[in-house]
Amino acid sequence: MGSYIFRRLLIALPSLLGISVVLFTVLALAPGDPFEELATNPNVPAEVRLLLRAKFGLDDPIWQRYFRWLSAMVQGDWGFSFISRVDVDKLILQRVPVTLAVIGASQILALLIALPVGIYSAAKPYSWFDRIASTLAFIGFSLPTFFTGLLLIYLFSITLGWLPFVYSSDISATGWQWWWEQLRQSIMPVLVLGLFQAASWTRYVRSAMLDVIRLDYVTTARSKGLKERVVVMKHVVRNALIPVVTLVAMQMPAVFGGAIVTEQIFRIPGIGSLLIDAILRNDTPVIMAVTFVFACLVIFFNLIADLLYGWLDPRISYR
Amino acid sequence: MQEREIRDLIEEVRVGKLPRRQFIGQLVALGLTAPMASMLLMHSGIAQAQSASTYKPTKRGGGGALKALWWQGATLLQPHFASGTKDQEGSRIFYEPLAVWDNEGNLIPILAAEIPTRDNGGLSADGKSVTWKLKKGVNWHDGKPFTADDCVFTWEYARDPATAAITAGVYKDVKVDKIDSHTVKVTFAKPTPFWASAFVAAEGMIIPKHLFAAYSGAKSREAPANLKPVGTGPYKFVEFKPGDVVRGEINMNYHMPNRPYFDSIEMKGGGDATSAARAVLQTGEYDYAWNLQVEDEVMKRMEAGGKGKVHVIESGDIEFIQLNPTDPFNEVDGERGSIKSKHFAFSEPAVREAMSLLADRKGIQEFIYGRTGVATSNFMNNPPRFRSPNTKWEFNIDKANQILDGAGWKRGSDGVREKGGKKMKFVFQTSVNSIRQKEQAVIKQACQKAGIELELKSVTGAVFFSSDVANPDTYGKFWCDMQMYTTTMTQPDAERFMDQYTSWEVSSKANKWLGRNICRYRSEEYDKTYRAGEQELDPVKRAALFIRLNDMVIKDNAVIPLITRPRARGANLKLVSTLSGWDLDFSTLQNWYRET
Repeated sequence: MGSYIFRRLLIALPSLLGISVVLFTVLALAPGDPFEELATNPNVPAEVRLLLRAKFGLDDPIWQRYFRWLSAMVQGDWGFSFISRVDVDKLILQRVPVTLAVIGASQILALLIALPVGIYSAAKPYSWFDRIASTLAFIGFSLPTFFTGLLLIYLFSITLGWLPFVYSSDISATGWQWWWEQLRQSIMPVLVLGLFQAASWTRYVRSAMLDVIRLDYVTTARSKGLKERVVVMKHVVRNALIPVVTLVAMQMPAVFGGAIVTEQIFRIPGIGSLLIDAILRNDTPVIMAVTFVFACLVIFFNLIADLLYGWLDPRISYR
Repeated sequence: MQEREIRDLIEEVRVGKLPRRQFIGQLVALGLTAPMASMLLMHSGIAQAQSASTYKPTKRGGGGALKALWWQGATLLQPHFASGTKDQEGSRIFYEPLAVWDNEGNLIPILAAEIPTRDNGGLSADGKSVTWKLKKGVNWHDGKPFTADDCVFTWEYARDPATAAITAGVYKDVKVDKIDSHTVKVTFAKPTPFWASAFVAAEGMIIPKHLFAAYSGAKSREAPANLKPVGTGPYKFVEFKPGDVVRGEINMNYHMPNRPYFDSIEMKGGGDATSAARAVLQTGEYDYAWNLQVEDEVMKRMEAGGKGKVHVIESGDIEFIQLNPTDPFNEVDGERGSIKSKHFAFSEPAVREAMSLLADRKGIQEFIYGRTGVATSNFMNNPPRFRSPNTKWEFNIDKANQILDGAGWKRGSDGVREKGGKKMKFVFQTSVNSIRQKEQAVIKQACQKAGIELELKSVTGAVFFSSDVANPDTYGKFWCDMQMYTTTMTQPDAERFMDQYTSWEVSSKANKWLGRNICRYRSEEYDKTYRAGEQELDPVKRAALFIRLNDMVIKDNAVIPLITRPRARGANLKLVSTLSGWDLDFSTLQNWYRET
């Protein structure tokens, strides 16, 4: 097991390197210039812009810039944003708590809905519960988040006036008041993201359950006289969850990546909005750092999913 | 308007026959800026209007929190690195300049004890220097006194090329000397009629020497105060998250009595203009919203919510169409749109005149912009009574048809006019923006009735307004027949604005399409007049020359001005703000308060 993990990590290195090369080249080849705003501003002399470019090393050849970036990254220096001139790691760390809180909460909500609903639907397929759940699930994942987000804002903020729709990253209140304010402002974005995710996961859990529930060993368990509850929870769910675990694990990097559209609608200062701002302003160091961290997380969670397989399914062994 | 007439007007103001406000309005209508017009009066020794203070609160603080929404959040708080107004506004909460511009072009002292004039000896007779007297007893937020050393340091900091300050353009050609602890002298290389640029308004914010002295030049990025500003402003720094939020608390030692009113301030960024408008106008979650680029009809519906209202502030931004005088589709000397080529239709003055007649400015104003756009034929931006007598606009399809018939453009069997085998089919481009696409449609419709076929093209803003050499769709390249965008008058002096039509600024391959003359207008007379204006020392003569330049471009129909776009800001019904179209939103933040 230990050597397996070691081997996997070793394989991850070249793929990460490859990803960074591709990212860097694509960004370098893409049109645009972080100091474009200055080029079209008549008040700013052209020398200032040229000087800034030279100062930030934008005029050097791509390979030189790449190796400079790589060697700095290896030493733990993520560089600084061209736009705000703040260190990139600081910018990202500022955004992590909010992202984790909102996106994390929505993923937990999605799991809390998807698991019981999916399991119960599959245990009684084509019952009234199943039909209603399926219909809602279809509606859920066919409505895009920007639409449900606006719908909720219209209903709860404008018509009813119950909830704020501008997310504030730090609330001045303390104690219970703080938790209450936090809940009020998070409830809409969490619902929007959570319900969307829950809809597709419900379908997934249900079909994974149906695959397993018809197998012979389940019939055997039933004929042994085990209670239906025990059959479903112990024999079916455990085996049905294996593919679901992969799906959830693969979704985890997205928790870090944030939700670009939803963050924009509710003005949540998460990583997604940081990334989109950086892309719009050609702020290469920030784009590089965020996408690279994202790539690392994808690879890492792939590994976790593979390891979880072995734990859930003893037939799989690592050699 | 000729020099004589301007002098007469100034005289009328002096004897009190003409209200000062009307004088400024007239000059603005002729293409000058309000600050420039105001300076004309100051040079003639006419005192500035003392704008009566409307500030009511009788004690400092107690106003609760002021929550402002900027849909583009501030990304840095060092005013001399600020690349856009969002950063300047964020910095302005904490830092202050010596003086700011009000909406009528008056200079209002902030850190200056008084505005320099000829009478008080602030302005030298030769126009080569200005002496600013600084306010005494002003302290930085950390308790250190504000003195002339800070001004001199700000100048040294900004002009040092190694600092790479965005404001270098303002400071590199002047010299700043300390006279005594509270007096500085700004010296110009040559006589400068427009002297109020260093230490004034958005680019004039003064930074503390004791915190930045160690970080001047190449180390400028490392200064801790870049992220934790220590200024002299009404609010002290609390917190900053780039792109998200700027927070400040009341400065109990602020240098103006009873100010500020609010206990804290929050400037939240992100999102889009429409939802920002909603949060202020409809739900009242926020007190103030910047730059509401939202259709007026939508804003009116939100205002019905009764929480806030839209403030429309005159400024110098103009939406206009450029007609390409060169051939944008075929290469001449290896360059499309080369000035050596000629456009098959727009090189004819008659066609240009017809195009101007086909722009339904009134329709665009009434049906698309509402309060946020005013029809214009000129680079003017004030109420109708100030409209320049020299130029006027007209929407007249019949007349356009007559002109085109007369010029030999005959309708073909498909209804499209042609001459010499060339059909009147033009490509008309602009940036992607629902309002602009509607404008395009209005113009296309009118052109159709005159036998002109327009092919509409819209380019993503990020590409259209970029300076990317490799992209064929940038506005600087102008590789199509017509294009439309808004030109902003960001600087209070018109010199920079007017160089947009000089022949040496023509956008071309040689200058990587960074030349400011995008519409490739060329006129010997214009160039000569501009050169004369540049060297003119007499402010009145200079103003007359600039007005002539403006008239030349418009009369030639090289460009077709459509709409002036005043700034639209949203504010809570109870919020009393003083806004200026010539300076930052927060230029007089200390005077904002809430009515009870």
